[in-house]
Amino acid sequence: MSDRLLLRGNEVIAEAAIRAGCQCYFAYPITPQGELVEHMARRMPALGRTFIQAESEVAAINMVYGASAAGVRTMTSSSSPGISLKLEGISYIAGSNLPAVIVNVVRGGPGLGNIAPAQSDYFQATKGGGHGDYHMIVLGPSTVPEAGELTALAFELADRYRTPVMILADGLLGQMMEAVELPEPIDPATLPEKPWATTGARGRDPNIVLSFDLAPENLKRMNLELQAKYDAIRAAEIRYETADVDDADLVVVAYGTIARIAKTVVRMARDEGLRVGLFRPITLWPFPYDALRELAGRVRTVLTVEMSAGQMWEDVRLAVAERAGTPFYGEMGGVVPTPREILSEVRKHAH
Amino acid sequence: MPTDTAKTVTVFSRPKSLTDVRFTYCPGCHHGIITRIIGQVLDELGIQERTVGIAPVGCSVFAYLWYRCDALQVAHGRASAVATGVKRARPDLVVFSYQGDGDFASIGTAESIHAANRGENITVIFVNNQIYGMTGGEMAPTTLVAQKTITSPDGRDPKTCGYPIRFSEIIAQLDAPVYVTRQALYDTRRILDCTQAIRKAFQNQVEGKGYSLVEILSTCPTNWHMTPVESNRHVAEVVTKVFPLGDLVNRG
Repeated sequence: MSDRLLLRGNEVIAEAAIRAGCQCYFAYPITPQGELVEHMARRMPALGRTFIQAESEVAAINMVYGASAAGVRTMTSSSSPGISLKLEGISYIAGSNLPAVIVNVVRGGPGLGNIAPAQSDYFQATKGGGHGDYHMIVLGPSTVPEAGELTALAFELADRYRTPVMILADGLLGQMMEAVELPEPIDPATLPEKPWATTGARGRDPNIVLSFDLAPENLKRMNLELQAKYDAIRAAEIRYETADVDDADLVVVAYGTIARIAKTVVRMARDEGLRVGLFRPITLWPFPYDALRELAGRVRTVLTVEMSAGQMWEDVRLAVAERAGTPFYGEMGGVVPTPREILSEVRKHAH
Repeated sequence: MPTDTAKTVTVFSRPKSLTDVRFTYCPGCHHGIITRIIGQVLDELGIQERTVGIAPVGCSVFAYLWYRCDALQVAHGRASAVATGVKRARPDLVVFSYQGDGDFASIGTAESIHAANRGENITVIFVNNQIYGMTGGEMAPTTLVAQKTITSPDGRDPKTCGYPIRFSEIIAQLDAPVYVTRQALYDTRRILDCTQAIRKAFQNQVEGKGYSLVEILSTCPTNWHMTPVESNRHVAEVVTKVFPLGDLVNRG
């Protein structure tokens, strides 16, 4: 039987990671994801697992690299400026085909910004951020319970595809408390073997983990293998949610915290007789281009709402491809739009 | 000509823990000697099948090719952090990082100091040749005062570039490390001493004692613009004045 608990988003992600069999967690403190580190500091050693407060974000992601290569489930978490520091390591993890889970509880930027919720790391998460032709799977939870579910999924996908997976949350989701039911814990010993891991070359040839080859033709082959993996992920792992889209004239596209607010807006708009629906990408990479394009052919307007200057908006316009109008409404700097503010944008475009 | 009374006696052979892959190092460089000593020590301790090597960025970037061990090639400067991750995930493994002076004592300063300060039960081989060899001979944090490199063409000026950093002495100030030593390879005696030190650094880990660091003064004939013989003499007569040999910490 699973427990029903009242927890913050940060704590839910931490506890879901533990229950997914995360054996090594490494992080450096930063607001607004402090409770995640705190929870892990308390729980991991008690379970005989590894918690290290690393000397830096750079060190933490490289500890993840080592633990992942050694074949265990491993995670790090941070917030925007700290994720910037991790990007070198994320590129190496992607290039070395290592599974890892990275949590970004996004705050206002650029630079030091502030500690209020934001969605301005979308480009960084979905378009690379680090160097080289790589992607990571990016999951955008919209509620606290979903943050837990997607954390469990993140570990599954990371292992299945040997790839970094990012949970792209925000400060609101990290701090908010909700009732959640957490899944039964997975015993790490029951997880599938990783025959590629560096566990000691006993009775076999050495396993080498690297992202390096000086010969261009070899590195090209490694890149083609990465791209083939990304194609497989695009084919199988795209996730999104729709609400009230069947008769809609206008569809709001939003993810994360804003998608939750947008659900309220859709209800308010419907009460006014406006035919409004919601399209919520859950995988931000791979982005649900095809599903949104198909939907755009059936509506007049696709309104993107984000807590950024319009980062996901670029993917929305790519998907819609001028089949519908694509206005944008965004807030920045940690300002969270109210349902009423979004509704007034909806009204502008719904007639 | 062999006669029926002659017997073949093996006095020297390639360690089992080394592969047959040819080294990429320049003639006269000490990296090859260090690699061989590590292979020999892995054989002697019988730990090859549970050893994981961490290869850095620099001349030894290919280190993962030389050992019959599992290995990782990692980001510049981060080898001690990666070694931490591997060791914490699987404490039964023997984990060593192999790092140059740029990797360990410049770009990896934070990772190097904090892995030592946590007392990670790992073995760090720190190769100090006072120059960036792989990238073509730039100044290193360990470059001697007045030493000419392509980025200190008039010689290292302490007014603008500071002094050669004695990184092992910094590590030796910490409470956690159990063994910190500086060795060299410019003659047979030094090679035997260095072999002892590397053996001890691995033995410490096998016995669960904690962090061991072996700094080795190495040569770079190519970028020093010296012959191998001149390079050895330079280490013996000049470099050891700035970087004295011997144990700095021995809590074994």
